[in-house]
Amino acid sequence: MSVTLNVNGQDYVVDADPDTPLLWALRDHIELTGTKFGCGIAMCGACTMHVDGNPIRSCSTPIAAVGGRMITTIEGVESKAARAVQDAWTELQVPQCGYCQSGQIMSATALLESNPNPTDADIDAAMQGNVCRCATYVRIRSAIKSAAKSIG
Amino acid sequence: MFNRMNRDQAVTTTSRRTFLKLMAGTGAGLTLGVSVPVLAAESTKTSINEMGQFQPNAFVKIDNAGKVHVVMKHLEMGQGTYTGLATLVAEELDANWDDVITEGAPADAAKYKNLFWGAQGTGGSSAIANSFEQLRIAGATAKAMLIAAAAQSWKLPASEIRVENGIVSHTSGKQAGFGALAELAAKQPVPAYEDLELKSPKDFRLIGRKVSRKDVGKTDGSAIFTQDIKLEGMLTAVVAHPPRFGATLFSFDASKAKQVKGVADVIAIPTGVAVLAKDYWSAKKGRDQLEINWDESAAFKKSTDEIMADFKVLAKTPGLPARNDGDSAAAIANAETVIEAEFEFPYLAHCAMEPMNCVAQITPDGCELWNGEQLHTGDQHAVAGLLGLKPEQVKINMLFAGGSFGRRANPHSDYVLETVNIAKAKPGVPVKLVWSREDDTQVGYYRPMYFHKVRGALDKDGNLTAWEQRIVGQSIAEGTAFEGFLVKDGVDKTSVEGAATLPYQIPNMHVDLHTVKLPVTVQWWRSVGHTHTAFSTEVFFDRLAKAAGKDPVEWRLQLLRDHPRHAGVLKLAAEKAGWGKQLPEGHAMGVAVHESFSSYVAEIAEVSLQPDGYKVEKVVCAVDCGFAVNPDIIKAQMESGIGYGLSPTMMSKITLEEGKVVESNFHDYEVLRIHQMPEIEVHILPSAEAPTGVGEPGTPPIAPAVANALFALTGQEFDQLPLALNKG
Repeated sequence: MSVTLNVNGQDYVVDADPDTPLLWALRDHIELTGTKFGCGIAMCGACTMHVDGNPIRSCSTPIAAVGGRMITTIEGVESKAARAVQDAWTELQVPQCGYCQSGQIMSATALLESNPNPTDADIDAAMQGNVCRCATYVRIRSAIKSAAKSIG
Repeated sequence: MFNRMNRDQAVTTTSRRTFLKLMAGTGAGLTLGVSVPVLAAESTKTSINEMGQFQPNAFVKIDNAGKVHVVMKHLEMGQGTYTGLATLVAEELDANWDDVITEGAPADAAKYKNLFWGAQGTGGSSAIANSFEQLRIAGATAKAMLIAAAAQSWKLPASEIRVENGIVSHTSGKQAGFGALAELAAKQPVPAYEDLELKSPKDFRLIGRKVSRKDVGKTDGSAIFTQDIKLEGMLTAVVAHPPRFGATLFSFDASKAKQVKGVADVIAIPTGVAVLAKDYWSAKKGRDQLEINWDESAAFKKSTDEIMADFKVLAKTPGLPARNDGDSAAAIANAETVIEAEFEFPYLAHCAMEPMNCVAQITPDGCELWNGEQLHTGDQHAVAGLLGLKPEQVKINMLFAGGSFGRRANPHSDYVLETVNIAKAKPGVPVKLVWSREDDTQVGYYRPMYFHKVRGALDKDGNLTAWEQRIVGQSIAEGTAFEGFLVKDGVDKTSVEGAATLPYQIPNMHVDLHTVKLPVTVQWWRSVGHTHTAFSTEVFFDRLAKAAGKDPVEWRLQLLRDHPRHAGVLKLAAEKAGWGKQLPEGHAMGVAVHESFSSYVAEIAEVSLQPDGYKVEKVVCAVDCGFAVNPDIIKAQMESGIGYGLSPTMMSKITLEEGKVVESNFHDYEVLRIHQMPEIEVHILPSAEAPTGVGEPGTPPIAPAVANALFALTGQEFDQLPLALNKG
């Protein structure tokens, strides 16, 4: 059984069962490992990527559901908002262990793409699904605001 | 230049530093200063390594392009150690920071041991503290040799040559980069330590400032963790673990599992049944198809409620003494007022974002591991023991760890040995063990449960005349290689640290301990014993303060008059937080101060009542960790320590029902999320003392600071974590 996935603008034919989560198709078949496995039940956000521009939890999204759709991962995200988020993350030294940060950045990017000027409540709502055990939350909040300002 | 840490004091107060010494088999004293081992390349006359780089010692390599490779002996798990260690080398080398690259050290305790332990490993908030002189000497050595090379090349006196920001220069206008001089520098004699002059702090350009982090690749997905390792022919393994502690494998039927596409093999191992497949999802589906009969005849079937009930019974009788000053029994008998309290602490999972994992391959030469390696020497010896190899035949590749909080420093090498047990069945095949979040939450190795019983006595003037504290719980060190160093006269220091070392001036004091043996596996968890002792001591202090009619900050300062570093952070935090100022209706502040790992932290939490409970609004933190090497990383670690400590303060706990772990994933082992994170303000106390650690010390004060704030606000006395307000 094979499914064609469009990832970061490129088509990949993946030979895997249709119930295989997108996360594992990406990590084990296409070998894009920037997106991380954290919980497997869409409760931590480490696996966040974009499908048609919207943030999704790839650990709980079967590949059958995303064939032919536009999948963007941390390796391929390159919008103005994404760059601003990544720059702010580096400047404010947000990452500690870094394992959750691909997911954090994908969620923050999606937030800024739909809402260029988020309030604290907007940030809470958009980022609540992304766990960081190093608790870099204070800096995540500051970096989102800083990125928002820079793309003004 | 710096006040050197009192070694004896460091050993007694920072327990984890010393015990691996035995494991490494090195009886030599651990001293800083002139005998600090930097390990020059001594086998050859020149300091050229096999890569053709200038390598004057085990820590610095300079290539012909001028890149400075600094070898990291400690694990980067988020605490910023790669940046910190590189800062020390680059400072004395006067390197251009942008040219500094980090690389993980191999397992080689002779070169890369933690100087506080005598074995190679990371923990006890010791990375910067134990490396502070060693790595500056390593950098200064390389710099002296670059200067000597320039002097020889330019035929000018070395004393007239200077190095700045990666450029070696002379007033005549001659200058060269490190790369151009590397080859000649390698031919210079390695200077003796006595001939080196380390910088005075006033000349520091990198130490004490914010520098860019060296653990790069964390904003674009390119950083490589164990989870990301892909090797030719590699198989992924998942393991079905027994459902209860003490249960073992009786029989299993793998026929259905083996029919799952992608499954390569199913094997029994000492810790369960392993399913090997070409990828994780196939292996997991295979595991779902296993039919297993567990032998639960010796399994542990108690609940955590029953365990706590047993602890309470034990607490009625005296334990083994951990501290005894004066005569607390007499003082309590003569007291005007006696206050009593009991505190219960649950098991806690570490719950690093990267679930435990490891890659192992049996090679013709021995065994190779890829791991977020935190205890090189311990794991190397454990694997060698399992496979009948010499330790040096076990090669370890240290990768970034996606968090650890103590978990990857497992004194039983649990998940590492599980991986090797699987790889052993597949010689030559690289095997990646991947734990699911459920495995990570339920397999064990928790912060132990504890029960504390405390009594305090006040005289008629409200003076604190006696303090008695009894602690009941499992020992972390017993039965491990750490036992000899940590357990003295039956008392595991990690069970009583922070209580037995209570700094308040109290004339009569008694602390004792009951150590309970249980099959539930336990381990250190960020700040170890301080996770519970800071809570019981600081929360109880505020109850006494209320009974004595004293202000919590003022009274602490009064009783800390012989402990200026505790008092220093407490004063600073109180001043910055505006202790005593008018707060909005429904808000209150609470304070806690605690020393751990030779660093001193005070935190003042402001909380508010909410329709559905409470909110931690803001935390003001003051830290004294000696000379601040990387101030921004110190702040980041205080933020992190507070955020990590807020999870057990507000929501996390592991419970057992009939011996089974109830919680399995983030939906029921809840952890702090962004909307629950308070605003945090960190203030670093200026200090000329030798630097001490920051990875753990931010955690202990937060739970008591929040509890004390809620106590001030509601009058409710908290005796359990997580903190829950009484209904109504």
